[in-house]
Amino acid sequence: MPKWDEETVRTGGVDLVMVKGGSGKPLVILHDELGYTGWMTWNERLAEERTLLIPQQPGFGKTPRLDWIQDYRDLGAFYARMLREMGLEGIDAIGFSAGGFIAAEMAAANPKIFSRMVLVAPMGIKPAAGEILDFFSLTIRTHLRATVADPVTTVEFAKIYGGEMTPDQFEAFEDARTETARLGWDPFMHSPSLPNRLEGIRMPTLLVWGQRDGVVPRGCVEAYKDVLPQAQIAEIAAAGHRPEIENAAEFARVVKNFLSA
Amino acid sequence: MQIGYFTERPYRWVPEEELFRNQAYFAVSNRFFDRQKGSDDYNYYLDENCYAEELGFDAVALNEHHGTPFCMGGVMNVEAAILARITSKVRIVLVGNPLPVIKHPLRMAEELAEIDLISRGRLVAGWVRGAGSEQFFNNANPAYNREMFNEAHDFIIQAWTRPGPWRYEGKHFRYRHVNPWALPYQKPYPPMWIPGVLSLETVKWCAEHRYPYVGLGTAVGPTCDLWDFYADEAQKLGYQAGPENFGYLIPTFLAETEERAQELGRGFVYGGGQNAFSRPEHTLPPGYNSKEAIRRLAKAPGGSWLGVSADKLRQGKEGRGDENNYDEVRQKLLVAYQKAQQAYQLIIGSPRTVLPKIKTLLEVLRPGIFVTFAVQGPVSNKDRMTSMRLFAQEVMPALRDYAKEIGLRDPIERTPGSVPIASDVSRVPVVERGPLAALGLR
Repeated sequence: MPKWDEETVRTGGVDLVMVKGGSGKPLVILHDELGYTGWMTWNERLAEERTLLIPQQPGFGKTPRLDWIQDYRDLGAFYARMLREMGLEGIDAIGFSAGGFIAAEMAAANPKIFSRMVLVAPMGIKPAAGEILDFFSLTIRTHLRATVADPVTTVEFAKIYGGEMTPDQFEAFEDARTETARLGWDPFMHSPSLPNRLEGIRMPTLLVWGQRDGVVPRGCVEAYKDVLPQAQIAEIAAAGHRPEIENAAEFARVVKNFLSA
Repeated sequence: MQIGYFTERPYRWVPEEELFRNQAYFAVSNRFFDRQKGSDDYNYYLDENCYAEELGFDAVALNEHHGTPFCMGGVMNVEAAILARITSKVRIVLVGNPLPVIKHPLRMAEELAEIDLISRGRLVAGWVRGAGSEQFFNNANPAYNREMFNEAHDFIIQAWTRPGPWRYEGKHFRYRHVNPWALPYQKPYPPMWIPGVLSLETVKWCAEHRYPYVGLGTAVGPTCDLWDFYADEAQKLGYQAGPENFGYLIPTFLAETEERAQELGRGFVYGGGQNAFSRPEHTLPPGYNSKEAIRRLAKAPGGSWLGVSADKLRQGKEGRGDENNYDEVRQKLLVAYQKAQQAYQLIIGSPRTVLPKIKTLLEVLRPGIFVTFAVQGPVSNKDRMTSMRLFAQEVMPALRDYAKEIGLRDPIERTPGSVPIASDVSRVPVVERGPLAALGLR
């Protein structure tokens, strides 16, 4: 069974906390706007073939906040510097939700930064139709429940968020919400210029989207497909905004297929 | 002591059921706004403030909230500017301008200078961070609320004191040409009183700037704690805090008889009252509170002035209320109404019963500024004015005598922060906790 561990990487003037696990060719994972949820089934599956590198976003409780990071483009530049300093340019990447926004910013700035890029229900481009759920207007509990199609039957959802929220959990979520607001309050979780900066990049891209996503509308996936026509789209039936935990087997299958192509 | 009159200028015509259904005042649809009634109300409230002047109040206080029938003062400076011209004696106290929400400190410096000039020096500027809901309404990034507050404040002071033109490159605000032609009438600038609902950070900031801190209907025990904290901070900075550093604003309603006052005073809990100011998701936007405040909140199940508590947040129920339970809600509110009176959070009655209660508040909290907060809810203009008259004629004179007797100097009489104190002597108490236990207050 692949093991995981936390290590500290000195990069960009900060001690970045990195979750590292599995074996094989490295794969960087950019977590979403609520923070890393811990090692789950999908991590286990992907870690059978790859070494997962999961940086903990500055300001999310573990890695210190960096005042100069004021939007997702800045954050993308920070992570790009991290990859450069670690000698990992050209790595494969997966970005979840706001993490997809970060990955897209990195790709737009440097089309060679990733060999292959998986964007799972990515924010970052204003949806062609529909709206990204305004989760800043929700309490954390309501927001969390909106991230899956069915909180009751999603086993791993209960594992992450079940029961009473402890003061520590509450604080961690508030850290995440705060940092996300700093970067993405206005414009809300997108960059108006990202489509123009991204257009024409030939990076192999997979767009993953749960058909019952209540946070990111299909319009976001379509907006990405418009500027990255080479992108493949994998839709996961009956899943919401967290297909990786709502249907880990299918998620791991489509991602593995794409990354090994 | 400065005695002030304050009203939220409530829009009184939204059916209570709509407020229950929305579970708050903020975010009730403006389809319930009646233009004729709104027009009448804006005019009436200006007249009401003139009446306060006529009755002998020292100050009229205005505030600002957005998108809510709780308070019609969406642009407080407009009302302040009119009052500057149509009143002649009262101080016009702003409690306060929400700097991070307005996001334009240069414009703010100009507006306030004009108001101060028109009023010939009667403006008291006050600053607030803006309630959580204002961050949504104005799309102001709550995670930068405190930073923007501090930067805007510092900028305005500079704009009023440093001869222009000059250029400003800040983190949140940038101006290539700062040279506001009109400067405030008062030199170097108007006094500033800072209202708050017990944020430690704000109290500390006030102590540092030697600004009076005005507790907005805050619970009596915790208010004592905070004022001690202020005074301790003040001593570290080398001055003895006194009544001139503190103000207290408290919901007050009077009628000729006890029964009538109790009946109409229920307006304070109309639609849920101030605990229904906004729903939790709007009260606590991301990053609005400091990390320390979040820690305190996460561990405090009880609740606070705006009704936010960890319990409520964890429930996280949003959207519309249960339509079948309004009678139950009303019953609960009546219980809360009685409890708030017992806790001295609502002062309601005839002049005979109101006077000793307010004297107790003055005795315990020793504020140099005392402000009555007029009733909310559908109370007629006539009843509102009766309350004002009864207070001014039958309570205020005795309060003034009492304030003099116990030495409640106001910030006009004695400049806050002007009494030096060494760090190694024991400071003069700023509150008198003696009566608290007997009153069942902490």
